[in-house]
Amino acid sequence: MGGVTRTPTNLTQGSATKGGIGESTLRPDGTLKVTGEFAYSSDMWHEDMLWGYTLRSPHAHAEIRSIDTSAALAQAGVHAVLTYDDLPTEVKNYGLEIQDTPVLAHGRVRHHGEPVAIVAADHPETARRAAEKIRVDYAPLPVVHDEATATAEDAPLLHPGRDDHHAGHVPHPNVVHRQPIVRGDVEAARARADVIVSGEYEVGMQDQAFLGPESGLAVPAEDGGVDLYVATQWLHSDLRQIAPVLGLPEEKVRMTLSGVGGAFGGREDLSMQIHGCLLALRTGKPVKIVYNRFESFFGHVHRHPAKLWYEHGATRDGRITHMKCRIVLDGGAYASASPAVVGNASSLSVGPYVIDDVEIEAVALYTNNPPCGAMRGFGAVQACFAYESQMDKLAAELGMDAVELRRLNAMSQGTIMPTGQEVDSPAPVAELLRRVKALPLPPEKQWESGDTAGTSVDVRALPGGLSNTTHGEGVVRGVGYAVGIKNVGFSEGFDDYSTARVRLSVVGGEPVAMVHTAMAEVGQGGVTVHAQIARTELGVTHVTIHPADTRVGSAGSTSASRQTYVTGGAVKHTCEAVREKVLELGRAKLGTYHPAWATAELLLEGGKVVTDGGEVLAGIADVLEDEVVDIELEWRHRPTEAFDLRTGQGQGHVQYSFAAHRAVVEVDTELGLVKVIELACAQDVGKALNPQSVVGQIQGGTTQGLGLAVMEEIVVDTDGKVRNPSFTDYLIPTILDTPTIPVDVLELADPNAPYGLRGMGEAPTLSSTPAVVSAIRAATGLALRRVPVRPEHLTGT
Amino acid sequence: MRVNFRVNGRPHEADDVWEGESLLYVLRERMGLPGSKNACEQGECGSCTVRLDGVPVCACLVAAGQVEGREVVTVEGLANFAKDRAAGCAGGACGGTDLNAARQWEADPERAERADDGAVSGAGAELSTVQQAFIDAGAVQCGFCTPGLLVAADELIERNPQPSDADIREALSGNLCRCTGYEKILDAVRLAAAREESQTAGTGA
Amino acid sequence: MDFLRPAGWEEALAAKAEHPTAVPIAGGTDVMVELNFDHRRPEYLLDLNRVTELHEWEVGEENVRLGASVPYSRIIDHLRTELPGLALAGHTVGSPQIRNRGSVGGNLGAASPAGDSHPALLSAGTEVEVESVRGTRFIPVEEFFTGVKRNALAADELIKTVHIKKATGPQQFSKVGTRNAMVIAVCAFGIALHPETRTVRTGIGSAAPTPLRATAAEEFLSAALTDGGFWESGKTITPSIARQFAELASGACNPIDDVRGSARYRRHAVGIMARRTLGWTWDAYRTGGLGTRTTEGGAPCA
Repeated sequence: MGGVTRTPTNLTQGSATKGGIGESTLRPDGTLKVTGEFAYSSDMWHEDMLWGYTLRSPHAHAEIRSIDTSAALAQAGVHAVLTYDDLPTEVKNYGLEIQDTPVLAHGRVRHHGEPVAIVAADHPETARRAAEKIRVDYAPLPVVHDEATATAEDAPLLHPGRDDHHAGHVPHPNVVHRQPIVRGDVEAARARADVIVSGEYEVGMQDQAFLGPESGLAVPAEDGGVDLYVATQWLHSDLRQIAPVLGLPEEKVRMTLSGVGGAFGGREDLSMQIHGCLLALRTGKPVKIVYNRFESFFGHVHRHPAKLWYEHGATRDGRITHMKCRIVLDGGAYASASPAVVGNASSLSVGPYVIDDVEIEAVALYTNNPPCGAMRGFGAVQACFAYESQMDKLAAELGMDAVELRRLNAMSQGTIMPTGQEVDSPAPVAELLRRVKALPLPPEKQWESGDTAGTSVDVRALPGGLSNTTHGEGVVRGVGYAVGIKNVGFSEGFDDYSTARVRLSVVGGEPVAMVHTAMAEVGQGGVTVHAQIARTELGVTHVTIHPADTRVGSAGSTSASRQTYVTGGAVKHTCEAVREKVLELGRAKLGTYHPAWATAELLLEGGKVVTDGGEVLAGIADVLEDEVVDIELEWRHRPTEAFDLRTGQGQGHVQYSFAAHRAVVEVDTELGLVKVIELACAQDVGKALNPQSVVGQIQGGTTQGLGLAVMEEIVVDTDGKVRNPSFTDYLIPTILDTPTIPVDVLELADPNAPYGLRGMGEAPTLSSTPAVVSAIRAATGLALRRVPVRPEHLTGT
Repeated sequence: MRVNFRVNGRPHEADDVWEGESLLYVLRERMGLPGSKNACEQGECGSCTVRLDGVPVCACLVAAGQVEGREVVTVEGLANFAKDRAAGCAGGACGGTDLNAARQWEADPERAERADDGAVSGAGAELSTVQQAFIDAGAVQCGFCTPGLLVAADELIERNPQPSDADIREALSGNLCRCTGYEKILDAVRLAAAREESQTAGTGA
Repeated sequence: MDFLRPAGWEEALAAKAEHPTAVPIAGGTDVMVELNFDHRRPEYLLDLNRVTELHEWEVGEENVRLGASVPYSRIIDHLRTELPGLALAGHTVGSPQIRNRGSVGGNLGAASPAGDSHPALLSAGTEVEVESVRGTRFIPVEEFFTGVKRNALAADELIKTVHIKKATGPQQFSKVGTRNAMVIAVCAFGIALHPETRTVRTGIGSAAPTPLRATAAEEFLSAALTDGGFWESGKTITPSIARQFAELASGACNPIDDVRGSARYRRHAVGIMARRTLGWTWDAYRTGGLGTRTTEGGAPCA
């Protein structure tokens, strides 16, 4: 991973160094990935290694009366069987914010699939057979599965005796966190409204469905520590949670990022990390754990399913008067990222609109459903489906064009959010809508291919696809629009920083930079961008990306659309320090040879030290000679503050990100099947550091939103059991379900951000879903208040 | 049990194979060929697609014992497989894309040939046309689906040198990708087909 | 677990007789999933890949004798004229990779109500040739399915050949899934016109514990077409006939609610598919000339 990158592209303005920012340089890991040599966490292998396996609860809520592991331990080939009683220290729980998640269940399981025991054996089949022999005596308990059962007076408490920092302000112990936001005078504004629309909306439980299941290899070390190779989104957050459970100082848990097969939020929480280390330390042998797809559905948190009640009012001319909403997120059995998801859902619940008078409440529940936490869009996805559905409804009520209504009320730079925070950089919401609307519509009836023999039908272009359900019968086209707002970076006062180490030296007569961060490359292309930043800042061609590990400071999470901003910012910041050091060396060594060393603005370009007038003073290699400049620095974006627990006021967010979609769908109205024909997106990214990657992110995020709109849902029954934990029944879009995705990228710089960039990975996931549903509404005339839209909803069956 | 078969042109032997093991497990864990990916183990994602006697199959659904005496091609052998198939070699041209081009990217082999340098990391690797096209078109993000897609796409172009978009979509409909939204995968296959076409034309073949 | 690798058919039968619990595996597209997900741990796996005759087919005067292991991709490529319904059904199976391995014999062996080939086999008219060391049986496909994932095979029997009537008129197949590819049927419908006998046959998948024919719908339609002289005149079928056919097809269903779809939706969708596929096949019959040379009803080019 991370070989030297040389990229052959045109020069960009203002840079004499190839492969800098703004170019679509190619991925440094691309060749390894297309040859099969790139080492993902599941590819790790060690001589003499054992295979770990996790025994999981078949119940959503049960008391564990006893566990008998003797038969499993007696099986040939089994090296260890561990339960709660084997945990080595007093720290037996972990968690991102609230340490409420047991490493292994103790006395009680709170969700279907909760880990109860772990096995290490010499073959995966041996481990599975041994796990089957573990006798667990469960006594089922009543299941809390929704708001009514969670907040009933006699509801079983998921976590009795809570002492976390939300415990004091929640209305019920089964509410993880509650965030109200009030601003203006809703009742007075409501009185001015000519029309009022309200609705209750529902979002199903979406799965990240990254393709590389949870996996890793833990290798015990001679010093009593452990080396862990794993796929994660945030090495240092893992480390902080792992080390105390193992009873080891953090420096004895050495983590290296292995290849990550996608993440989308699903690797923000721990999965096999602690289990692998426990087994490795117990057996003294390397232990590999690889979840299969079934287990993966239990191995990570999902997107919070939500119920959202909204009310909007407007004057006859289309000005929105007020908004009231209540958002209930099902956090499942453990807190994970629920508190932050509540913060996002509430603070972004108004959407990208100017509404001065609001009453907002968002809560997350503890239930016996699968734990929910981070997924791309993080609370904003659920809200966006609801407020955009409301915009369609309001436009219909007013007899207005739905895009015009949105444009009329669109926020812009200077708008005050319901939290009181000013939007202080470009917010081209109306422009994004204008752009997607102005695109030509795709031709009608693309399934017809007329030839001399008459008209034939290509079912691949029709709803139902290869299943041959229609040759055009019942097919109606619809067009829909949506726009969304997402925050960038960690909010609400979190100290959101990153660290970069940059080393500049001379190799073979050429200056070579090495960039070392702990940033988790999960596919997004951060490694490509880091090399581009180093080239731009240091004027070198050769940049090596060091593997991400815990030998360098934290990079923060690869989530919240933040890595290019924050770790990119850290790389830039550190490169600037390295550059200063190079110039300092140059002045000391060569300053006497040319007056410009002392007087001019100096830059590093094309491997040389040059003046701002373009005069070359020296080669970087000549300045450095045998010296190595090696600097590690932290960098933070501007601080944020917590939202007031009563009013929701506060400078909570770092930056906002906007995208708009237009969906064109064709619906088989009789069978209720949907084909999305085109899903166009316009997005402002501030500055596209790597345009090709930017477009790839937009198209990928758009497709995940499409999945939520029409097919993706983890179905959980009222007993808390997951009914479809497989790729046979949890469906994600195939290439035949995915339309063309034209992308229009705006670059309006945010003056507060490095290079003016705007975090952009999540925004397209928001508006994609409501745009598709809006188009289905247009085709069918149905209200459609729930996603994913199922054939049953479209056919009234 | 013991299993013998050829992988990427070379004989391989695996001992102590449990009878329930798949071809995928044997490749990955016993033969040191982890390029084929295990993402679902139920034939619903295509990440483990290999050629079995020339036919694209999901390696997770082939029992190890069924491969005895047969011929397997994996992503690790794809470049050589493609080289053996064609007289000429892959162009290896590559280049970045500017923002305007990236917005509405279309296969254009000439553009790629205009790119000045042509180098990528992993110097010395000789890639097949489809592998290079996946890199150039930005069809690789996390890369977990990539090996299976490459094997499937290479077989498509072998069978149908000028596939329509609908043909590409149908041929790749058994390969899930969660990162890209498939647009750049389509670009990559169009690009690979166009490059193959121009090479064939160029050599008069 | 033992892996049995018979070199030929007789050896396979002998192995199955000796180990009646042995699970036959050909394309592996069902069996391997069960192994990978720990749903099944048979004592013996009986690999049929080396039994070459199972991979062969023969087009006879009236029937196609289809080897049990012939993969769908070969049916689609080579038998779409003789077996248009099955070719269309085969095209909806899984993915290209699955179609390269999966076979009709495997579909019958698994006997899932959602098996894609079943409605096509039912509507075309099919006999399943099964054999054991004790001898050979020919089982009409209607009698082959005995329950959810249960079939009429005895423990020592293997499926050898599937005898499917060659199409003498247009055939169609439709399947509802909530994705445009790689999807298990929510429900499916197959129809075959048999002009030579003035009959229509159907098959319904995934809308009852077993695949089944909508016999009341078939009888109604066959009678209506004959009584109305439609076969001879080739005139358009009246909406009321089509509607009643669809309702009867719907009525033949006995579906359940599950994670893939509601019972109500399945009944509804089978009715829609029945009406549409009837329209496509009848149009093809009318426009193909009443001599019925065309066997694909309104054939899609995909």
